[in-house]
Amino acid sequence: MVQERTFPKFQAPAAKISADQGLVLYEDMILGRYFEDKCAEMYYRGKMFGFVHLYNGQEAVSSGVIKSLRSDDYVCSTYRDHVHALSAGVPAKQVMAELFGKETGCSRGRGGSMHLFSSEHNMLGGFAFIGEGIPVALGAAFQSRYRRDALGDPNADQVTASFFGDGTTNNGQFFECLNMAALWKLPILFVVENNKWAIGMAHERATSQPEIYKKAAVFGMPGFEVDGMDVMAVRTVAQEAVARARAGEGPTLIECLTYRFRGHSLADPDELRSKAEKEAWLARDPIKRFEAYLLEHKLADQATMKAVRDRIQSSIDEALTFAEESPEPSPDDLYKYIFADE
Amino acid sequence: MAETLLFNALREAIDEEMGRDDTVFVLGEDVGAYGGSYKVTKDLYEKYGELRVLDTPIAENSFTGMAVGAAMTGLRPIIEGMNMGFLLLAFNQIANNAGMLRYTSGGNFKIPMVIRGPGGVGRQLGAEHSQRLEAYFQAVPGLKIVACSTPYNAKGLLKAAIRDNNPVLFFEHVLLYNLKEDLPNHEYVVPLDKAEIVRPGKDVTILTYSRMRHHVTQAVKGLEKKGIDPEVIDLISLKPLDFDTIGASIQKTHRVIIVEECMRTGGIGAEIIASINDRYFDELDAPVVRLSSQDIPTPYNGKLETLTIVQPKQIETAVENMVALKV
Repeated sequence: MVQERTFPKFQAPAAKISADQGLVLYEDMILGRYFEDKCAEMYYRGKMFGFVHLYNGQEAVSSGVIKSLRSDDYVCSTYRDHVHALSAGVPAKQVMAELFGKETGCSRGRGGSMHLFSSEHNMLGGFAFIGEGIPVALGAAFQSRYRRDALGDPNADQVTASFFGDGTTNNGQFFECLNMAALWKLPILFVVENNKWAIGMAHERATSQPEIYKKAAVFGMPGFEVDGMDVMAVRTVAQEAVARARAGEGPTLIECLTYRFRGHSLADPDELRSKAEKEAWLARDPIKRFEAYLLEHKLADQATMKAVRDRIQSSIDEALTFAEESPEPSPDDLYKYIFADE
Repeated sequence: MAETLLFNALREAIDEEMGRDDTVFVLGEDVGAYGGSYKVTKDLYEKYGELRVLDTPIAENSFTGMAVGAAMTGLRPIIEGMNMGFLLLAFNQIANNAGMLRYTSGGNFKIPMVIRGPGGVGRQLGAEHSQRLEAYFQAVPGLKIVACSTPYNAKGLLKAAIRDNNPVLFFEHVLLYNLKEDLPNHEYVVPLDKAEIVRPGKDVTILTYSRMRHHVTQAVKGLEKKGIDPEVIDLISLKPLDFDTIGASIQKTHRVIIVEECMRTGGIGAEIIASINDRYFDELDAPVVRLSSQDIPTPYNGKLETLTIVQPKQIETAVENMVALKV
């Protein structure tokens, strides 16, 4: 087991949240967790194919960041994209149908697990190769600045959140885009989900400077390290970064220290991570932690939280039925969507 | 009518389209303050400002991906590849995201973008700056590939490419920037998907594009003196190919020679021959002949460089042989 980094101190009492806001976060985290659990079940039952990368354990990041955005902001993800899409508002039934390869899926069955898109929800993807989504996110952020400053649209203050993992921060596109974002003061959040492992490559074995947030400084950009298992901590940092971006003050790099509770994908035997390491991180389960927070601050009681869990469970069941009963794409449409305007 | 150099014809196209649609913008290396390495964007930085004519750092893959993101969210970027060879550094963004993302997203997003710049074998620029890349990209689904060859078609095609709602790779040739032609004073647009019949004829169909069009034109002068009447077609669109025009010509001449600057193996000509076999085999009186450049990195030495690409004399001989059925 690699020496764990010391978690940054988070001044929880300083963070304010209403009961309603707390339940929004709770519901979103439960949705992410239950959705992924259902995916694992369906994959092992042979209903779902390809590479499927689940998000269990990292829910505080998706919920903490995306629920700090407006609905007209943009989200750009990786191959581990189910839960980002759900947090961004893509209906669970559309995501589940996509994983079943159905015409009613958010990418009409053409994309699959690693290529979730929704123009309606400003979900830019779903990028399967490491790092390639960051430039695309940068383009969305550039577009906001272009509309505001070149076209004079005062309402063009949309922010883009670009998610990626620790392994990606050794890739050129990460550095190139940090440079351009800082250079042009683009409204973007670079959100690193440092879950310590790039498949079987431990973060410390892949990088000369494991503290990723420190890489912001050379671009003159604020960089924050945050406990990625604490949704309140993530939310607090994200809200500040969003406010800065919206005000035209430029990008922020946020390194969330987190952990995936399952293997890299459902095809990963997961043999390299030690039992002790996994247990240590399982004990920090972000959902259990937030339940304790809600109880402690009297923002929700057990009955309220159970009602949320029951409601989400039924919505996942409905999504599954919808996915199973939906039609597959028509063979006549094999060539549809190659070109626009056809 | 105004006599216009090809690089200025391209500049006029960009200027007109930027004036017509304020979502059109240019990005790339030295496109702004410097005016472009071949002056295609000269003075546009002063006219439209630094966001609409955006000087980028030297980060081809990332600024190409940035253009994809901008296109997905409603802008119409024009990327200038300072040299089209630099596109190799952006291959992932061009193939995976510009080319495939519309399909992969089930039609959620369209990607209206143009990637343009100088390509082809120039004057002893060495292997990396003398690339023949069109064939590398032709298998990528979702890309349109266009090659201009005259000031007239350069301007009209670039305007069409900017208005197209799909990613268009737009090849210019480094040795054609100073071609001159009288251009109409009125606005015009040339369709992207139509081949151009450069010279109607009946004896043999010559399919060509980009700079090789001009080598073919030189060869035709010699052939005319020998009483041979070839039909010369500039493909313009390398993907998709205009088989309406190609097919009509084959049905008339029954003989085809392809003259291309790209490499022989897996080239544009290779694809055309395979498609002609699929569609028009029964029309052919002779096997299709292709004259391609050599399968080697373009050498620096001037004589070797000349030997690398097809010369007018070779075209003349090949046409004579085919017309005499000595193929």
